[in-house]
Amino acid sequence: MIRLQGICRTFEVGGEPVHALVDVEETVAAGEHLAIMGPSGSGKSTLLHILGCLDRPDRGIYELLGRDVARLDEAELTLVRRHTIGFVFQFFHLVPRLTALENVELPMVFAGVPAGERRERALGRLRTVGLEARATHRPDQLSGGERQRAAIARATVLEPKLLLADEPTGNLDTASGRHVLEILERMNAAGLTLVVVTHDPAVARRAQRVLVLKDGRVVHRGDGAHIHEAVALLASAEDGR
Amino acid sequence: MSLRDVLGFATRALRGHRLRTGMSLLGVAIGVAAVVALTALGEGARRYVVGQFASIGTNLVIMVPGKTETTGGMPGLGGAPNDLTLEDARAILRGVPEIDKAAPTVMGTETVAFGERRRQTALIGATQEALEVRRLSVASGRFLPAADWERGSPLAVLGQKAARELFPGRDPVGQIVRVGDWRMRVIGVLASRGHQLGVDMDDVVIVPVATAMKMLDRRSLFRLVLQVRTHADLERARARAVRVVAERHREEDVTAITQDAVLGAFTSILGALTLALAGIASVSLAVAGVGIMNVMLVSVSERTREIGLLKALGAARPQILAAFLAEAVLISSAGGLLGLAAGWLAVRALVLVYPALPASPPVWAVLAAFSLSVAVGAVFGVLPARRATRLEPVAALAGR
Repeated sequence: MIRLQGICRTFEVGGEPVHALVDVEETVAAGEHLAIMGPSGSGKSTLLHILGCLDRPDRGIYELLGRDVARLDEAELTLVRRHTIGFVFQFFHLVPRLTALENVELPMVFAGVPAGERRERALGRLRTVGLEARATHRPDQLSGGERQRAAIARATVLEPKLLLADEPTGNLDTASGRHVLEILERMNAAGLTLVVVTHDPAVARRAQRVLVLKDGRVVHRGDGAHIHEAVALLASAEDGR
Repeated sequence: MSLRDVLGFATRALRGHRLRTGMSLLGVAIGVAAVVALTALGEGARRYVVGQFASIGTNLVIMVPGKTETTGGMPGLGGAPNDLTLEDARAILRGVPEIDKAAPTVMGTETVAFGERRRQTALIGATQEALEVRRLSVASGRFLPAADWERGSPLAVLGQKAARELFPGRDPVGQIVRVGDWRMRVIGVLASRGHQLGVDMDDVVIVPVATAMKMLDRRSLFRLVLQVRTHADLERARARAVRVVAERHREEDVTAITQDAVLGAFTSILGALTLALAGIASVSLAVAGVGIMNVMLVSVSERTREIGLLKALGAARPQILAAFLAEAVLISSAGGLLGLAAGWLAVRALVLVYPALPASPPVWAVLAAFSLSVAVGAVFGVLPARRATRLEPVAALAGR
């Protein structure tokens, strides 16, 4: 599904280069559930943005479904973002003036799906996240958990192969966070490749594999069951500051 | 993404900022209304003048005594022009075959009285030919009879308004009125005609030219209106008529103008005026365009997160460009429509206040004003829309 080879990404901050990612190598199989952990500033969000084709690596090869994404032009990247990748954000990023249903319809609007079919499919998606009854509510009329579920429905309505979640439970209480994770895992079980960036060991523990980043480098790889190693590593990293 | 989706998306976004949208829409509306109203004013002035001339026909030569250019010569010699007389008019008719009718005219002001009612009106001394040459028609009774021009019969024809004021609710035909010191019999009333050559033809009393000359104690005609048989001969007839009079007076001391020349001059002056007014009004449209650009730039920077999100959802650059451009064009074209309506109302109000001014916006101005307003949105919307498409998705999502 994903093959990363020597990925580097450097930003200029105040005239000084900041190495957000240094020689990241990783392979993600189709249907996998991967968690990316790391302290803030470790490059995990940058990695997720590169995976989501919202950002490009300065060096290295990113192969998505066998295609070298780094070489695609803007129009081709748009199509990849539209059809292959779904994105879920910590702050939901629902369009405030649109109802839940219209938010879910949005990707299909850009994809040119006819209006009638759009409604049908969006409603179907809202049903799978248990939000059918709230379809005509605007985001400010929904709870945090409901907003995130609407955002998941929107991210998956065009049947992507890869779902990227940036702190999906970061802004939710424990109960709605668990609900959101259950929905993501159900989709993962149905074959969707899932990559979650998180601080939360409880979230990372549910992944099959955990990747720990520090200062732009992968410092630990392990399976979810041995998350305590990763957590200990992170704790020492925090202490080291 | 269909056009309907683009417009739908843009409309939803605009509705989110009603006040801001309304204000920039108002800017365009004022610009368009100004173009419509001001060009209507200019066009109204042009039509007024054209109407004044057209109402007396287009194949006329108007001759007045005196030369418009400065004459030199010894002081005390020459200078004062010879009279333009009925005899001159007859000589022109004899000597210029292109001219088929001559209408000698004198003018003054007199008090017309019937019983207790009296009224200051324009006094026109005319002949039977004036009916055709000046395109008049009679509402009741008859016009001056065809008679010897020198015969000063005590007959009078009243304009509509003069008749109405002196004889409220009665037919004046056959009644005796006093015009100055003269007693005259009313033989007819003119049909309503409006202004003609600067005179309100509804508020006149017309008497035979010889009578008027005696009443006003004048020996010269005020003007001589000559009707040329065919329009093509207009200029030649004018020149020949002037020569006939010059031979009789032994100097060229009359001025003759053709309808066309005067009309042409007025039309080009007033056309330029209308264009100038349209130009001034267009400036306000451009200002409105800058207003739209400002509003759209604010909108883009307010919605950077949304733009980042749209990119993450797979919106292509042209789609984002279209969505933001559509917002600008929606504002400007809605403002344009509003402006057309407001301009139309303004013109109607103007016509109500000044019924004599046939104010009406020319079609080109209406079309130009509206398309200009749409174009203003498109042109001034490009910069903000391009800024939206150029945002880097990651930075935009972070709200940077």
